[in-house]
Amino acid sequence: MKEEIIIAGFGGQGVLSMGKILAYAGLMDNLEVTWMPSYGPEQRGGTANVTVILSDAPISSPVLDTYDTAVVLNQQSLDKFESKVKPGGTLIYDPSGIHHLPSRTDITVIPVDAMGASIELKNSKTYNMILLGALLAARNIVPVDAVLRGLKKTLPERHHHLLPLNEQALHKGMSLVK
Amino acid sequence: MEEEIRLMKGNEAIAHAAIRYGADGYFGYPITPQSEVLETLAELRPWETTGMTVLQAESEVAAINMVYGGAATGKAVMTSSSSPGVSLKQEGISYLAASELPALILNVMRGGPGLGTIQPSQADYFQAVKGGGHGDYHLIVLAPATVQEMTDFVALGFDLAFKYRTPAMILADGIVGQMMEKVVLPPQRPRRTDEEIRQQCPWATTGKGTRKHRNVVTSLELDSALMEKNNERFQETYKRIAENEVRYQEYFTDDAEYLIVAFGSVARICLKAIEDARAAGLKIGMIRPITLWPFPTARIAELGKQVKGILTVELNAGQMIEDVRLAVAGSTPVEHFGRMGGIVPNPNEVIDALKNKLSVNL
Repeated sequence: MKEEIIIAGFGGQGVLSMGKILAYAGLMDNLEVTWMPSYGPEQRGGTANVTVILSDAPISSPVLDTYDTAVVLNQQSLDKFESKVKPGGTLIYDPSGIHHLPSRTDITVIPVDAMGASIELKNSKTYNMILLGALLAARNIVPVDAVLRGLKKTLPERHHHLLPLNEQALHKGMSLVK
Repeated sequence: MEEEIRLMKGNEAIAHAAIRYGADGYFGYPITPQSEVLETLAELRPWETTGMTVLQAESEVAAINMVYGGAATGKAVMTSSSSPGVSLKQEGISYLAASELPALILNVMRGGPGLGTIQPSQADYFQAVKGGGHGDYHLIVLAPATVQEMTDFVALGFDLAFKYRTPAMILADGIVGQMMEKVVLPPQRPRRTDEEIRQQCPWATTGKGTRKHRNVVTSLELDSALMEKNNERFQETYKRIAENEVRYQEYFTDDAEYLIVAFGSVARICLKAIEDARAAGLKIGMIRPITLWPFPTARIAELGKQVKGILTVELNAGQMIEDVRLAVAGSTPVEHFGRMGGIVPNPNEVIDALKNKLSVNL
């Protein structure tokens, strides 16, 4: 098993932390993981992205140019990464703010209205967990349980009261992918 | 603290490893992409547990001179910075080498020259392995490729520095500093007691005590005849290090027809390219120098006789290639592929370079 994932969007959308939670879930599931962020000026208000690799074997390059799965949260990231999804791969995107829809037919394209769903949950901060739920439903990479255990381990105790909300957001995201 | 499996950045791992090694002091000044070292140390507050000193100095120059002072007393002390900051430290590093003091210096390289970018680079290879500061000296230079090696090389670097009484450098880059990976943290080692330091470092300025003489630590020797003797002793040390401490890792070299030489995280990008090339039936191998100084010259010379060509892949304009060419001494063509200024190549670019530079048929 090896899954090479890019998550890309605006700084502040929770791109890096979504990748981090996924990486922790991999750790909980005894997988090898790498989490390689774009760090630098683009993080501060511009686009941010993170490459996460989960594998049952040691991982060579943490830097990739094609991906099994892309999760893109804005037009710039869609323009940049649609062509980088391997044939047969998966592209998940949030349609809010997208003017030019993805056009590839050799990959599975899944629109996920995470913005709308986070409004339904009355908490915009659930946005990235909804997308993570959608990713897990589309790609059976790690069990939801591993994500929850990873969250528990990474969240400081003072935030543990948010765990049920995060679990709800994950399931909400999963329900958005048929 | 017991052995522990964690997910963390290379920079964070350095901080954890320093505490767990039982280091006595860290002195540094923040600079991207290695600020997490100081941040993590500040967060972990080791001065409340092991008694380790952590101090944000007023500049890189101050930090390296605090290391100089700490090292003179036999303490296990370190500093970290990124390229422009490491340039500032060079005078102090030369003094450490000349005073035969152990110390650990981490450089998480970013694109230069000048202030350059904050993105990954390996353009400080020459600075690290050919001296850096003035005078005839070498550092022991370790090049980590994984977060685990970032962790492990803290202990290795300190141990080698104390074994040979010379400063050691971990030469990392922005990739291995910023990426998170699974890492096994070693169990906590106690810091050495003053009595242990007195016994293990009879040269240190620990107070005269019952000794007949006072220990003096200095790099100054105005009598040239004596200064030449000092230099001969340094060179003798470097010779012993070169004989005993060469470290490298080989990948698919048994049947390799072409060889890549790459260090640090770039070696991992190359390994992915090799995996792809091997799937297409191409016999590419790789040697990854782990010690950049001492360099695995003898092994590369042997491999040079086996292969049809060598490609060095570096995040610079071609620096390590000079040591590879010296090693093979013309027995096989050696070409370079590199990206500069903070740009990181992807595995496909490495395959293209094999095709274009070594005429490997894919």
